[in-house]
Amino acid sequence: MDFSLTDEQRLLKESVERLLADRYSFEARQRHMDEPTGWSRALWQSYAELGLLGLPYEEKHGGIGGGPVETMIVMEAFGRALALEPFFATVVLAGGLLRLGADETMRADLIPKIIRGDLLLAFAHTERQSRYDLADVATTAGRDGADYILEGAKSLVIHGDCADKLIVSARLAGARRDRDGLGLFVVDADAAGISRRAYPTVDGLRAAEVTLSGVRVGADGVLSEPGKAFPLIAKVVDAAIAALAAEAVGAMAAMHESTVEYLKTRKQFGVPIGNFQVLQHRAAEMLVALEEARSMAFFATMMAGEPDPTERRKATAAAKVQIGRSGRFVGQQAVQLHGGIGMTMEYKVGHYFKRVTMIDTMFGDADHQLAELARMGGLIADG
Amino acid sequence: MDLRFTPDEIAFRDEVRAFMRAALPAPIRRKMVEARRLEKDDIVTWQRILNAKGWAVPHWPVAWGGTGWSPVKQYIFHEELQQAPAPDPLPFGVNMVGPVIIAFGSEAQKRHHLPRIANLDDWWCQGFSEPGAGSDLASLKTTARRDGDHYIVNGQKTWTTTAQYADWIFCLVRTDPAAKKQQGISFILVDMKTLGITVRPIRTIDGGREVNEVFFDDVRVPVENRVGEENRGWDYAKFLLGNERAGIARIGTSKARIRRLKEIAALERVGDKPLIEDERFRMKIAAVEVELKALEMTQLRVVAAARDRNEPDPASSILKIRGSEIQQAVSELLLEAIGPYALPQETHDDDRWNEPPIGPEWAGALAPHYFNWRMVSIYGGSNEIQKNIIAKAILGL
Repeated sequence: MDFSLTDEQRLLKESVERLLADRYSFEARQRHMDEPTGWSRALWQSYAELGLLGLPYEEKHGGIGGGPVETMIVMEAFGRALALEPFFATVVLAGGLLRLGADETMRADLIPKIIRGDLLLAFAHTERQSRYDLADVATTAGRDGADYILEGAKSLVIHGDCADKLIVSARLAGARRDRDGLGLFVVDADAAGISRRAYPTVDGLRAAEVTLSGVRVGADGVLSEPGKAFPLIAKVVDAAIAALAAEAVGAMAAMHESTVEYLKTRKQFGVPIGNFQVLQHRAAEMLVALEEARSMAFFATMMAGEPDPTERRKATAAAKVQIGRSGRFVGQQAVQLHGGIGMTMEYKVGHYFKRVTMIDTMFGDADHQLAELARMGGLIADG
Repeated sequence: MDLRFTPDEIAFRDEVRAFMRAALPAPIRRKMVEARRLEKDDIVTWQRILNAKGWAVPHWPVAWGGTGWSPVKQYIFHEELQQAPAPDPLPFGVNMVGPVIIAFGSEAQKRHHLPRIANLDDWWCQGFSEPGAGSDLASLKTTARRDGDHYIVNGQKTWTTTAQYADWIFCLVRTDPAAKKQQGISFILVDMKTLGITVRPIRTIDGGREVNEVFFDDVRVPVENRVGEENRGWDYAKFLLGNERAGIARIGTSKARIRRLKEIAALERVGDKPLIEDERFRMKIAAVEVELKALEMTQLRVVAAARDRNEPDPASSILKIRGSEIQQAVSELLLEAIGPYALPQETHDDDRWNEPPIGPEWAGALAPHYFNWRMVSIYGGSNEIQKNIIAKAILGL
């Protein structure tokens, strides 16, 4: 049992944090947001140069060969910086599907392009009716000779607006909510029959609604065994939740630091407001919530590679519950303790609050995850 | 980073688990499972079993009976002990006064007291709190006036757990009434058989008689029974309280109680199905399990960090707060699980001991347990005091 980082991991952490300290002040972030894509192309190239875009991929494809811990380190730093770039969408989520599900031909084709910063991906999975049910897919993939024809609509596709390619989930067989019968398909984002409606999200990112109308996919666009994609989706989503947990921890840590700093400097009634015990205790409770979230982000990270899918799912669900609850508490209290300034767009703390709130809604909020964990019998087995 | 224990640690865990299974007497285990009160004999019997195995005081220096285990192995040991579930060793000796004597006591004190603590030959109790000195412990008023080779102790201690069994009490007493409040305090060891000591029980809301008032009326204590220097008792007390917080999370105990809760919820029925299949109740249990896992991971982080530090970690205040809150949450769910059969008050009167229980046999102790467990967020430095410690020591407020 060991919570320390290796020398290489420490180096990674330092270099990411240094880059973001130099290039991702809150003011710089506002400028990045004003770029056409809503994030910085220049920084994307810097991430590529630093090796971040190749972090989880095999060395034979030009990657670093890192694991969940490396992803955690980078995501926590991105959480602190409130980074806008599509690292999560491209490298962790869609890239995770490629890495764990695609055949060697597809991986050798696409992964080096991701690593160089030349290929942006998005996972088009959620649909209007699916809420948090990963198996609820109404989009269909019908056979036409050797090809598949995709019909349907995908919603809330994070960074789907700027993606060069979409990974689309679609149903080959079964009823709408069956786990069996799902497939994954890689399509060009501007392929015939795809229309995208881009929009900003409340936490400062970009997303798209995607309509698929008679979209033709050849055999070379089929990712993983058609009809059997659910376990892959579930596995990659659990790893993605671990990554989001780390991002949320970075955001919560930044909110907590900002709050404690504010308590020490803001004066009312002639004294720093941190002299007041009611605020001291609130700050202490925020620290407890933050440390519990950090502990559970570690837990999710270290269980991301767990071979037993039930144990992995339980651990990830538990972590997501904690992240949701801690994020809500730390976020609400950070705004409360900053007072009016915390309510303004000009001040950073509200932006962190919005990001952790949106992370809770991704892939199942705390209540959803808790219900699933309860259905699976909880964490503690009979003695 | 790696969550897994090493093969050596896993072998150790299995060895401890097997020992607990084999060595823990069944009647004691049954009381522990049912959250019933233990008798003095239960605690003594178990401590001597541990001592015979050489595991009575794992965290002490090897010279005084410690095992030399790493912090991780000590954690595994306690986790397995609590999950058995076996009684925690009496804390007043092995966790409180023992380490203080080891760190600050005289050679004579070490030689006399430490082996007797390890074997529970002497039952110790803690004389810190007073009627006017709770969270503000340093305002204590019990005095120890020097008279030749003795101190003459006068005053009153309160909330003294198991003083009725105690052979010895360690006390904070005021030896310099003129000094500022933290500076005039000394740490002394007092034989409970000394003339002038009166113990009066306090009945608590759970029906128990575990805590007491202890009165000192011209009690003569040899000066050689003072630990360390005169008027430095407050430093030793802070050392003791820091150690106390470290073991207070009781993660293994909460795991064992949650297992029990699931057993009971499988036996209790709501309408035509077991309570455990009720979605709402199951989610409440799962919510506590998530909190407990977060606490366990935090505890492991503190344990792993302990390899690199010698003093108590202020993060142990987090463990105290959450550990006590989770223990209380589980006690609440146990109470809810038995529904209306929380109501009957069990009696232990001599002429009624043989009567069958009212309602299910698993219900009787759970309401008292719930009420009794309100204490865990009060003792050991109340949770509000822990938040003060976090605000000052960690956040610098």
